[in-house]
Amino acid sequence: MSGVKELFRRRTRELPAPVEPGGLAAEADGVRVVRGRRAVLDGARIGVRAGEVLALVGPNGAGKSTLLSVLAGDLAPAAGTVRIGGRAAGEWSAPELALRRAVLPQTAELSFPFPVADVVRMGRAPWAGTAREAEDGAAVAEAMAATEVTEFAARPFSALSGGERARVALARVLAQRTGLLLLDEPTAALDLRHQELVLRVCRERAAAGDAVVVVLHDLGLAAAHADRVGVVHGGGVAADGPPAEVFGEELLSRVYRQPVEVFPHPRTGVPQVVPHRDPIAAHIGSHRPA
Amino acid sequence: MTALRERAASPEGPTAAEDPGKAPGPAPRRGRTALLAGGLLAALLLLALLSAGIGAYGIPLGDVLASVQHRTGLGGHALDRTAESVLWNIRLPRVVLALLVGASLGCAGALMQGVFGNPLAEPGVIGISSGAAVGAVGAIVLGAGFLGTWTVTVFAFAGGLVTVVLVYAMSRSGGRTEVVTLILTGIAVTAFAGALIGLFLFFADNAQISQITFWQLGSLAQATWPKVLAVLPCALLGLAVAPLYARRLDLLALGERPARHLGVEVERLRIALILVVALLTAAAVAVSGIVTFVGLVVPHVLRMANGPGHRFLIPGSALGGAVALTAGDLAARTLAAPAELPLGVLTALIGSPFFFWLLRRTRRKQGGWA
Repeated sequence: MSGVKELFRRRTRELPAPVEPGGLAAEADGVRVVRGRRAVLDGARIGVRAGEVLALVGPNGAGKSTLLSVLAGDLAPAAGTVRIGGRAAGEWSAPELALRRAVLPQTAELSFPFPVADVVRMGRAPWAGTAREAEDGAAVAEAMAATEVTEFAARPFSALSGGERARVALARVLAQRTGLLLLDEPTAALDLRHQELVLRVCRERAAAGDAVVVVLHDLGLAAAHADRVGVVHGGGVAADGPPAEVFGEELLSRVYRQPVEVFPHPRTGVPQVVPHRDPIAAHIGSHRPA
Repeated sequence: MTALRERAASPEGPTAAEDPGKAPGPAPRRGRTALLAGGLLAALLLLALLSAGIGAYGIPLGDVLASVQHRTGLGGHALDRTAESVLWNIRLPRVVLALLVGASLGCAGALMQGVFGNPLAEPGVIGISSGAAVGAVGAIVLGAGFLGTWTVTVFAFAGGLVTVVLVYAMSRSGGRTEVVTLILTGIAVTAFAGALIGLFLFFADNAQISQITFWQLGSLAQATWPKVLAVLPCALLGLAVAPLYARRLDLLALGERPARHLGVEVERLRIALILVVALLTAAAVAVSGIVTFVGLVVPHVLRMANGPGHRFLIPGSALGGAVALTAGDLAARTLAAPAELPLGVLTALIGSPFFFWLLRRTRRKQGGWA
């Protein structure tokens, strides 16, 4: 049966060669994706290199997640090219892709109440039958420690809170140990400490030579932790570069349709993005009857 | 819906959650798995022997063992002609058939719940058994016999396959199957299958009608060795192939896309498993008629006992299904002796309240169906 066939094919899978630092891990060029009648992406272009953290930011519905799906090889675009690990995304089989990129979905779900440790171990499934299967135990333990989920290893996933689930899902993705990490809003459900923790983990993975793409809503987090920021807007990437260059008041105000102020942090110099607000006293004062 | 589906699927509820001190390591769990498998196997052996001996013509356990030993050339001795005939022509085919049908249904249930990512999926509940029965009844009424003893099995397989594809296509939206849609689709499909069977009944003669009634009630009373042989290849093939998909079914619990990200070719997996489910269901329905709820109850109980990992759940459900149906058939034969209860009626009597309880739990967890 096909199961047997697949078993044999798995043995012959070619292990990924490491991408040299600075080499393109994945790129999308001139990508067009149509949902219903609307072109969610049209002519979008982005690339991510080994050793860097790329943050995708932009308003709701701008197509950040769609662009991430394209980079993951989930979505075949109607036009344009997608390359992962130097080869067209469509030319990889699912088991081959699984050795090269890991994806964290926006919401973590599970149909059956597997214990947390089992969920994280699922991230090792692509390596079964390869030489790197030997890393399984270490990869799982390391990923669980990095995301601080070791203490609830034995609890069923369904008994966890939203933030805990999100961290377990991230641990699973980290345990996959691929050269390309695609994370869709990994910080959305997390408290302050764990938001920082997650982006620190991203930095560590980039420092170790991996390419990391992370969709973020918090521009402050993006400015502080990303090497490069891509602003997704109007079906394309409106700006792409280091946060200090990209985060300008004019661009962000226009893209988010919300006046913002950008100023350097007094200690670190990292750009801070804040919506333009009137001081509270003046605000109240202006409404007080004269 | 996401969180709800998964809560609905956690039968053990807080018990495991309140036990974080317990080592996550595989050692204690492996011990429990071995114990459970051993227990099920022992229960199956005991029930099979009991079932072979108990009945209108009682055969002591020692005699059953002796005769089996004798026939397999391991010593023992032959019984007198009546006992030998009762044991080998009536009891044993029935025991073997109960075992095969139970294993097929239990295994099919575990597979379907995995494929649909939904703990309420079961061949009987969502109408696949009815579809297979339409095929079987059609074969009888149309007098099709071109495949010999295989005819009914092949027709049941075709009916089951068409139904499972239909239910699969109709109840999924956006890559997942919601509980309500699945159950409602099952109701619609069962109703339609019932109408088709009714239509066949209308055109059937008296002999055919009594044969068809047997399907609708579910029974193993007409067990013979040729019937065993007619379903053996289907059941064995299905049971042998199913465990190969265990790891991938575990990954599928994460959802379709994450499973694909982990290297599972999801569409191929689904198609293969749907074929296996149709095969197993057809094997069961062709000889026993519609026996519901085995595929629902058995995987659930095992999940409560030993967690949702499919590497144990799939073979375990086959074993558990065999135990359940061997016990069920023994009860059906003996509870109202000398009369015999239809097996399908008995399993439904026990299974329906369980199903009802599951539905209530699911609804409570998600705060209404909305």
